[in-house]
Parts: sequence; C-alpha cells; structure tokens
Amino acid sequence: MARVLDTGNHFAGQVLAMAGEANRVARGAICGAYPITPQTEIVEVLRDFEFTKGRVVPVESEHSAMAVCMGGSLAGARSFTASSSNGLAYMVENIFAAGYYRLPIVLIGVNRTLGPPWNIWTDQGDTLMLRDAAWLQFYTESHQDLADTILVAFRVAEDPRVLLPALVAEDGFVVSHTQMIVDLPDQTQVDRYLPPCDIPHRLRGKGVTVGGMIFPHETEHHRREIQQAMDRVPEVLAEALDEFEAVFGRRPHGTLSAECTADAEIVLVACNTMVQTLRRVVQSRRAKGQKMGLIKVKLFRPFPRRDFTQAIGSARRVGVLDRNHSPGSGGIFWSEIATSLQGRSDVLLQDYLVGLGGGDVTPELIDEIFDDLAARQQAADPIWKEVPA
Amino acid sequence: MTSSAYLRKPRDPADGILRPGNTNCAGCGMSIGLQWLEQALENERPTLCIPACCGIVTAGSFPTSAYGVPTVATTFASSAAVATGIASVHALNGEKDLTVCWAGDGGTYDIGVATLSAAAERNEDILYICYDNEIYGNTGGQRSSATPRGAKTSTTSKGKAEPKKDMMGIMAAHRIPYAATLSIAHRDDFMRKLRTARQTRGFRFLLMLSPCPTGWKSEPGESVDLILTAVRCGLFPLYEVFDGRRYRLNARPDGTPLENYISRQRRYRSELVDLEILKAGINAQWAYLEAMERAFPAGEHE
Repeated sequence: MARVLDTGNHFAGQVLAMAGEANRVARGAICGAYPITPQTEIVEVLRDFEFTKGRVVPVESEHSAMAVCMGGSLAGARSFTASSSNGLAYMVENIFAAGYYRLPIVLIGVNRTLGPPWNIWTDQGDTLMLRDAAWLQFYTESHQDLADTILVAFRVAEDPRVLLPALVAEDGFVVSHTQMIVDLPDQTQVDRYLPPCDIPHRLRGKGVTVGGMIFPHETEHHRREIQQAMDRVPEVLAEALDEFEAVFGRRPHGTLSAECTADAEIVLVACNTMVQTLRRVVQSRRAKGQKMGLIKVKLFRPFPRRDFTQAIGSARRVGVLDRNHSPGSGGIFWSEIATSLQGRSDVLLQDYLVGLGGGDVTPELIDEIFDDLAARQQAADPIWKEVPA
Repeated sequence: MTSSAYLRKPRDPADGILRPGNTNCAGCGMSIGLQWLEQALENERPTLCIPACCGIVTAGSFPTSAYGVPTVATTFASSAAVATGIASVHALNGEKDLTVCWAGDGGTYDIGVATLSAAAERNEDILYICYDNEIYGNTGGQRSSATPRGAKTSTTSKGKAEPKKDMMGIMAAHRIPYAATLSIAHRDDFMRKLRTARQTRGFRFLLMLSPCPTGWKSEPGESVDLILTAVRCGLFPLYEVFDGRRYRLNARPDGTPLENYISRQRRYRSELVDLEILKAGINAQWAYLEAMERAFPAGEHE
C-alpha cells in the first residue's frame, strides 16, 4: 500500500490493471480500449501497463470494446473496460449481451451528460440508462471509494453465486480529472484479494453453443436466474467487504451509507460526489441542533430496498438529489426509492433535480433543499433546482 | 491432389462442426461450406463466432445445437471483435486453437464492416469466412450491399439499382496476409484455400458465394451448378490475394453465357436487369484482376 496523489482516472486505470495482472495465475486479462472524454486516461493507463498475461486491444468503437471483453471473458480471462456518455450509449447492445451471457466484466462508467447538445460534464443519466441491463451498478463518491470499489466489484461479479458484470461509476472531471491522495493497493494485496477468475461456462472445447436461440419458457428461467443472482448480491457484497477489510485494513461502504439518520427527522439522499457536499451540510446543520441525516446510495443495482427502508430510520421527510432526468417521469433514484417506500404513507418523499449537465451542486443549493423539505406540507412533482447561470 | 485424398474416416457425427439434423434449407450453400470446412480442418475443432445470420439459426434452439464445436452467438456487428477476445486469450495461454468467424453478408458487408475492418487492420489471428448469399436471409430476403445490381429482394421489389460492393477489394486494401474466394462447385480449390488459410497466421478472409434458393428463387437441386456457372461465366472470379498485394487467379471464364446463371433465378426477373451492364461489369472486374495479376503476381509457392 502506498499513499499516492493522482487523478481518479489514473487510479481507476491502475487498479483495473492490477486486477487484470492478478489473473496471470489463471487465464489472464483482456480489455477492449476506446477513448472518450472524460474516460480516456483510464484506457491510456491500461495500454501502458505491461501485463504478464494480458492484452489491451485498441478497437474502433465502444461496441467492439465490449465485444472484445465478452470474447475474452468467454475464453476465461478477467475482462474490463471503461467508457462515458454517448460511448456507453453506443455500447448498449453489447452491455446487455454481457449481462445476459453472465460474464463478470467490470466497466468503469465515468459519468458524463448524454448529448446532443454536447456537454462533457458529469450527470448520472448515462450509467442509469443501463439500469435494466443485468449489471451490478456501484456509484462512488471519491477517489478512494472508486479505487476500492473497483476491486470489490470484481470480487462480487466473479463470485459463482453472482456471475454478473459490474459497472462502477465515478463523476466525470470532479473525480476523473482532479488529484487526491489515495491509499493505493499494491499488487501483492490485490493478488491476495482477488481469487483466480473462474468462469464456469467459458468455452472449453465442448460442442456447446453459447447464446443461441431459446423459447419463452427458457427466457423466463434465464431472467429469473439473473434476478436470483441479483438477490444474492447483498450477502456476497458483505463477505467481499469483510475480506477487503482483512486485506487492506479499511472498509468501503456497502449497499449504502446511512449517516446521522438514527434520530433524523429529515433525510436527503444522493450519490457520487454530491454525497461529500451533502455530508458537510448535514454536519453544519447538526452543529446547529437540527435533526438531519443523509443516505449515500452506493449500490443502485440490485437496488437495496430493504436496507434503504431501514436506513431512513425515524425520518418522515425524505428528499432525493437526482443528477439525472428521465423525461416524462423525473429523477431515476427517486422512482427507485418511491418503490422501496411503497406502503409508507407516513413518509413524505420529494424529488429534486439538481446539477443536471454538471451544474455545481453547492452547499447553498442543498441548504435551500433542506429548507424546502422541512417546510413542505405534501410532496409535489419533481422540483427543478437550477444552478445559477 | 484428387478429391479422394480428402476423404477420411468419419468421426463421431456429434463432434463434427455441422451435426446432422440441422435446420438449413435444402440447397443452402452453408451446408456444403461447413462440411468442407470440417473436412479441410481434419480433426481440428475450431471455435466458431457467429453473428446474427442464418448460420446461427442453423444451430437450432437451446439446449441442443447443430454445431459440434464451441460456438458463440454474437451480436450482429460483433463477430470479429468477440473473436479477437477469444483468439487473444488462446494466444496468451499458448493454445493453438483456431478461431473462426462464420458470418453472412449482412454481418460482413454492412453492419459488421467496421468491426471487420478494425480486426483486419490489427491483423488479428482469425479466420473470417463470409458465406455471401447476397441478401438478409433469415429476415426474409432484404437487400444488402452484397446484393447484385438488378436482383429483386423484399426491399428492392423492382430490382436493386446499385452494383454489389467489392468486399474482396476492401479486404485486400487492408493488406491482410490472405484473402480468397471460395466456390462450392470447386472442391479441390476450396480445400486448398482452406488449408492455405489454416497455415497462415494473422487475419484471413474467405468469401464464399452461397446460394439461397429461398431468396434467389432458384431450385435447391441446382445450387452447386449455379455456382459452377457463376465461376465459368466470370461473374464470381476465383482468386487469391496475398498480403493484399499479390494476386493469383484460379480459373478463367470459359465462355459460358451469363444468361445461364441469370435465367435460373427468379430474383433476376426485373426490369433493372440489363445483361449488357452486368457483362460490362464482369469484363471490367476481369480486366482489373488480370492487370493486377500481371503486375503483382503471387509467388510460385504461395
């Protein structure tokens, strides 16, 4: 372990590389690499890494980047890549395919607003677009959270009880291009933490056709197995965190992090770097004696409904900060949380659309939201909180 | 070498590339192509990457498969990229396994062309075989950029106005180690080219004109003879290109009239079929190929 000052993208690239290198004892590592802002440094770091048994293939599109990962994974290698925004949109068909093939590929999604019109700043709409794709989704708040969660993601995705791909999201620029000090694992630790990648349905010379045609009954069975695998994620994740703590001496957040919620009257929910700002606001409000708390949602797929319902504790006012927008509905975290809280007529749930297109979600903006929620008689349609021009 | 030299003791049919009981239509060029691929590879068991096309319908439905070798049904545009991943892992682990893309013309000329081009440019160690039936077959016969001028399809009801894309020219321009055309009416030539492809490292592209009686509106029993006619009249030249630069023509037109090919396929019964234009196209292609062979001949031992 070393204390290192670097950018989120450089950390992500280095941790992916170490995870790939750790599989030199098995069938090696494969990455399909294609650039897009603000993800590009990740694939640059990967291309520069000298794997003992690994290959980073410079492809012609994100669609092929995921296809190369699928081929590598089908042949038994540990596979990973990274993308953002319209790159993820272009990759979508193969993102679904990777999930349905049950291949434990890890994808770093560096959040960026979908275009056109073109905007390179952070917004979770790009990775949330992939919520129905049979992938685990982790949302990380900081450089350390990102670096740690990538390793946890491999561990959970490759677990035989799960065998699903995993996406790890980081905020574009706010994390990807800023430098922070991180406890960066070394290869020996990663080797200890990640067992050799074993994909039970990899191609092994038998006359088996992977991904051929099926009928409705088999499709129902296939989808149900994926749901059952998703249902096992919280348990597997908890074990993966225990093991992480044993190897690295610290414990990243799991499905979510509930902070100051035990006696809270009001709780705000956020993901990614908004959590850090929200935490500061909650601390200053607590210093004034106000009973406010926060929930960081880290695992979006599978969505931790039960954990969430418990996490709100005594709070009867819950506000959601959604840096994404599903036209015709509202915030995507909000609609998930509304599902989790169904039957809880005692809870006032309000959605706030904030920081769309990378607008700065300031402490002042969050203060306004706290005040609005505290004074609110009943929930309204999602409220647009625009940042100053 | 005579054809009989390739006849070997049959192995367990369940281990063949194409098992008995598959769903191919009668007269489909794939049936011959896959069997000859198996025979040319002798006892080797390749990994097949098959994109959306009739070739994956061939497999039938889960849990059975008509393919007796490891096979991946890839997304439509992805076979060459999935094959890249598989071939890379084989190489990393010191395995000599052959990775074969088996794709139709839609997945090769159209939706998969960027993926194919990129894999060729990287010179991946892949054998890519396109069985070209000149239409989107399993969706009911729509035009592709491989559809020849004049042919009627379900999306060119009066006949296609544009000529067929020159995929061999495109692949040769990538300077890949080996590109060749395959005829299911020329077994020795077919087997020799597959052997050459197998012995070559890097990206290899083979283009097989594959009759589709359903889409071509031809008689299933005439499929092989149609390809024989296509070669003899010059419409489908048999040739090889080494490193994208050195040419060898394998058969010359023998004066067989183009009409013998056209008249037996009802897809050509359209007002847009102009035999003089088609013949001019054939002549131009032959003039080009012969000039290339004269200027840049393949070596004696290639």
